[in-house]
Amino acid sequence: MANKISDETIEYVGILAKLELSDTEKEDAKADMEKMLDYIDTLNELDTSGIEPMSHVFPVNNVFREDVVTNGDGREETLANAPQRKEDTFEVPRTIG
Amino acid sequence: MSKQYETVIGLEVHIELATKTKIFCGCSTEFGSAPNTHTCPVCTGMPGSLPVLNKQVVEYAMALGLATNCKITQVCKFDRKNYFYPDNPQNYQISQLYLPIARDGYVEIDTQTGKKKVRIHEMHMEEDAGKLVHDEWDDTSLVDYNRSGVPLVEIVSEPDMRSADEVIAYLEKLRMTAQYLGVSDCKLQEGSMRADVNLSVREVGSETFGTRTEMKNLNSFKAIAHAIEGERQRQIELLEEGKEVIQETRRWDDNKEHSYAMRSKEDAQDYRYFPEPDLVPIVISDEWIAKIKARQPELRPEKLERYKKEFDIPEYDAELITESKKVADLFEATVELCGKPKKAANWIMGDMFRLMKEKGMEPEDLKFSPEHLAKLIDMTDEGTISAAVARKVFEQIFTDDVDPEKYVEENGLKTVNDEGAIKEAVEKVLADNPQAVADYKGGKQKAFGALMGQSMRALKGKADPAAVTKMIKEMLEQ
Repeated sequence: MANKISDETIEYVGILAKLELSDTEKEDAKADMEKMLDYIDTLNELDTSGIEPMSHVFPVNNVFREDVVTNGDGREETLANAPQRKEDTFEVPRTIG
Repeated sequence: MSKQYETVIGLEVHIELATKTKIFCGCSTEFGSAPNTHTCPVCTGMPGSLPVLNKQVVEYAMALGLATNCKITQVCKFDRKNYFYPDNPQNYQISQLYLPIARDGYVEIDTQTGKKKVRIHEMHMEEDAGKLVHDEWDDTSLVDYNRSGVPLVEIVSEPDMRSADEVIAYLEKLRMTAQYLGVSDCKLQEGSMRADVNLSVREVGSETFGTRTEMKNLNSFKAIAHAIEGERQRQIELLEEGKEVIQETRRWDDNKEHSYAMRSKEDAQDYRYFPEPDLVPIVISDEWIAKIKARQPELRPEKLERYKKEFDIPEYDAELITESKKVADLFEATVELCGKPKKAANWIMGDMFRLMKEKGMEPEDLKFSPEHLAKLIDMTDEGTISAAVARKVFEQIFTDDVDPEKYVEENGLKTVNDEGAIKEAVEKVLADNPQAVADYKGGKQKAFGALMGQSMRALKGKADPAAVTKMIKEMLEQ
């Protein structure tokens, strides 16, 4: 049943995740992903007909907060992590516009 | 052009919800604050932070779904949409793909050929992204995350519209509905209502759709109408030249009245949606839906009907007044206080709309109180002030919300009912204008107008014109 990950797929996944992988890293990642898909295949052997799909493992729903402002001026904490700050904004390489 | 083409349009409309706080954290949603003041670890995507859903967002989305005849999805959940862009600090947007809050609705719009239904495919809740300002000088972009995490509802229509007019009618309808429900102010200039236009053309009679393009960056009804006309022409020209329309996203530049390709199918985004693991499902009971339904305010069609029955005002007036919830509320409160719908409607239809137009104001910018308008109507009716003075006082109410009673008192604008004062003023005008008096006596009716105007001016417009007319006539006949 062993799954195969092609060079094209690993290349594409790299682009989507904005990762530049060396050849060895690509081979490692391919092996890891193949193992993951094999595991999914194992799960697929179970008969799940008649079972509601779930998006969460906890039997919990409807966790809400009320619409009340609880946070104050967070600018300094937020901007503390800015690689480059200009006044009170993050300065980044120009995007389109 | 030999062939006849039909334009097919579907819209994705984003409406910013009028909650006090963001969708997943307790940061304020106030517009126009200093950059990055309304931010916290949740809305800036810090590792380890956890989102908690704002209940009001669910209730506003349900209200909008119900008002547009949608079915509420009673078990719904959030998904992650993955993409990298500086306005999105998490590198994913929390949105709804698989189980959106509402589906399969419609709104009715008025078109030149009568009423038409525009179907709504679905409506989902999601978070807004931050705002990018481009610095031309330094060639950089500046990011403000105040808008990051502000709740949005995205309304996806079916491709049911055929012209720019229908698109505008549909948007007006959504805007009015959201405003009536109080779920959003829908200001296009501030970006609290945004529309992406999906457009294709096909030969009239064709059953299949042409290749569509998506246009973004449309922030006024005018820009939307221009963009639709421009894109329709562009696609028809391509087809006429035997070329193909490429499925792509285009950005409309309203200054240049031209659209540009942003990205094409080849590098189309692969968002790799998956269920949001940090948020639990939402289960909406029948009781909860019933509660929201019971709370729905009177919407425009019902209000219009009620106005026609309850108030003796022309249909045209009723239509214009109910076009904005804010104006309708102002009208009703005024009528409640003074009991004169016809007069309240006249002030709104006349001087109020004129002043709004002159000052370029939207109904949301109105700030005067109905108490003051009601009082002004009563004072005019009782003859405390003349119609001319009332119009001046109205301007003061409109701009500074003055109390008309106080204002009239302080500025000595009460109607002069004192016959002695009127007589004195008229006597002086007649003495100063012997030529006009002679003209009138010689049969020139026009001369009367000049005498009347001068007398009213001498009385600073405060006298009852009928009393002044009577006085001039009496004295001329002496």
